[in-house]
Amino acid sequence: MGAAVFFGLAGIAFGPALALVLLTVAAEPLRVIVLVAGAFFWLVSLLLASLVWFISVHLSDREDAKLQYGLLIFGAAVSVLLQEAFRFAYFKLLKKADEGLALISEDGRSPISLRQMAYVSGLSFGIISGVFSVINILVDSIGPGVVGIHGDSPYYFITSAFLTMALVLLHTFWGVIFFDACEKRRYWCLGLVVATHLLTSGLTFLNPWYEASLVPIFLITLCMGLWAFVTAGGSFHNILKCLSCKQEDDSRVMMYSALQVPLED
Amino acid sequence: MITFMNNSDSEEESCNERTSLMSAESPPVPSYQDGLQASEAGEAQAHRKRRTGGSCNPTNMADGEAPGRGVPVRASTSESEEEELTLKYGAKHVIMLFVPVTLCMVVVVATIKSVRFYTEKNGQLIYTPFSEDTPSVGQRLLNSVLNTIIMISVIVVMTVFLVLLYKYRCYKFIHGWLILSSLMLLFLFTYIYLGEVLKTYNVAMDYPTLFLVIWNFGAVGMICIHWKGPLQLQQAYLIMISALMALVFIKYLPEWSAWVILGAISIYDLMAVLCPKGPLRMLVETAQERNEPIFPALIYSSAMIWTVGMAKPDTAPRGPSQQTWDAAEDGRENHRSPSHAASQMSETSPAPTHPITSLEELEEEERGVKLGLGDFIFYSVLVGKAAATASGDWNTTLACFVAILIGLCLTLLLLAVFKKALPALPISITFGLVFYFSTDNLVRPFMDTLASHQLYI
Repeated sequence: MGAAVFFGLAGIAFGPALALVLLTVAAEPLRVIVLVAGAFFWLVSLLLASLVWFISVHLSDREDAKLQYGLLIFGAAVSVLLQEAFRFAYFKLLKKADEGLALISEDGRSPISLRQMAYVSGLSFGIISGVFSVINILVDSIGPGVVGIHGDSPYYFITSAFLTMALVLLHTFWGVIFFDACEKRRYWCLGLVVATHLLTSGLTFLNPWYEASLVPIFLITLCMGLWAFVTAGGSFHNILKCLSCKQEDDSRVMMYSALQVPLED
Repeated sequence: MITFMNNSDSEEESCNERTSLMSAESPPVPSYQDGLQASEAGEAQAHRKRRTGGSCNPTNMADGEAPGRGVPVRASTSESEEEELTLKYGAKHVIMLFVPVTLCMVVVVATIKSVRFYTEKNGQLIYTPFSEDTPSVGQRLLNSVLNTIIMISVIVVMTVFLVLLYKYRCYKFIHGWLILSSLMLLFLFTYIYLGEVLKTYNVAMDYPTLFLVIWNFGAVGMICIHWKGPLQLQQAYLIMISALMALVFIKYLPEWSAWVILGAISIYDLMAVLCPKGPLRMLVETAQERNEPIFPALIYSSAMIWTVGMAKPDTAPRGPSQQTWDAAEDGRENHRSPSHAASQMSETSPAPTHPITSLEELEEEERGVKLGLGDFIFYSVLVGKAAATASGDWNTTLACFVAILIGLCLTLLLLAVFKKALPALPISITFGLVFYFSTDNLVRPFMDTLASHQLYI
């Protein structure tokens, strides 16, 4: 362990997130605000879930390991449901903000679209969720130590990093799908998002049997990615157009600078 | 810390921060917004910081809270456009404050986590005389409450003293006090900080080099803060001295007292800014009566001037121009400096004078946002204390960080809505405290248990 492990893990876990933030979010102030506010909403949901778990633990028998494990599962499930509930609450808030922005803008359109806000909010949930899951592990990896010396898996760090990366991407995709489903009132999509979140969280209970947990989670990530891409309006045609770097025809009227004052005779 | 978010008395008149940023000694430029001069001055008052610092004796604690303020842009165009501009620039203003607040907190947290000196207990300030080393919980709580009462009363006394000084026009006294505090901060505290950092990393430095480094750092800092200097350098210096101040607070305030003081100071901030007889409000009104621009003492300003020319084909706004700051030398300043055991924050008044270009060029102007350095300091104290005492846990620090940023965002939103001076501490500190205690006690065990089984939610 050491700096190499730390940087490697941090890169695996947060590389995509960092790239996405730097390329798409950092330049626009409104998106940054949506990002931070999304993190706040996720934190509040975590707080409530921890409260529920804490109370349940204190009301129960501490010595019973099985019961504690059961309560942990219960706490995780409550947390997932609360996260989705707060995602819905954030959707409502952003919808209102969108309407407000559109109202006060010159041309009746808000400077940020609901789709962009969906993406940024999903990203924010993902980043804060990933950070809270893995930051202590990352910091511990800088120091000395041997992983799994007591019989646990020696791949703890790297699987944690990959799981975090999957989680960040999953939250981003869920954000896009969720907001779109709320917009179009497709409640089966909502249910599916919640179900996949519960499934993903449940799959991590199979750790350290990593073949059974990591591989399905990455498959789910891929599927969610495709679904989100299609939901956001992407298609094969779009990809081809993007890859061929064709420029759109400029349909604007000739720019005024091309007009010239007629020369004086 | 009271932070002014806006001029409370100029709702009728559109505020133009531009002239409020001008130094006090320079004559008011006959700008095209003559009618706004008064509101300008009034607006400048909003920067008044409560000053609680005493003389620069080592045991003085001054509570420096610079009023923070955001200034909504007033466009000369229609109301709806004005509102949109407010919001559009509002988002920019929020980011312009997020960045320095984040930088200050990062510096403080990085120092706390690496340099042992600032987490060691080495005595207490004279303003918190009661020790917390008592065996019983009740006694400890009582001691911390007593410490808080003493500290807050010192702050109140200092602020009232400052108001009186300002009322009776003792500008030279205030000015001298400020210079002495910033001298102490820039030289003495930097020397101590540098010494501790060198000790931590076991780097040797000889005295001549040290003298050269400290002298240059301090001298350039004094010039930048009190006189002219590039905007970004000045901002960097203000961030650094806020971080130094916050570190000293973190070191010398005992555990429970620090939390109670944070809570009490945000309540005091709320009252001092919003109540009719609050010291800060009285200061603002006095300055407005005299129609003087306030010497914005320790205030962080991120002023930018955007000029959008109407007749030019290129209507893209030029980026933030480098402004030269012109410190007011007449000593009229009003600031609240967080006092630290040995220093008095000198309130510097960054008063940039930008060359007033021709009328046609200044179609639209973006005003910068101002936030008092005291707010920086107390935000950093909260996050730093979370980093120092949260049992090695980074989740708590991050939660407090997000909470403070959201509080700042909400405060700026309220500013855009109410358009008057607002305290920037209460919302952020409340969120920060709630998140600190709940994360440390509820979330941490939950996340630790989940992580030990490698469960993800």
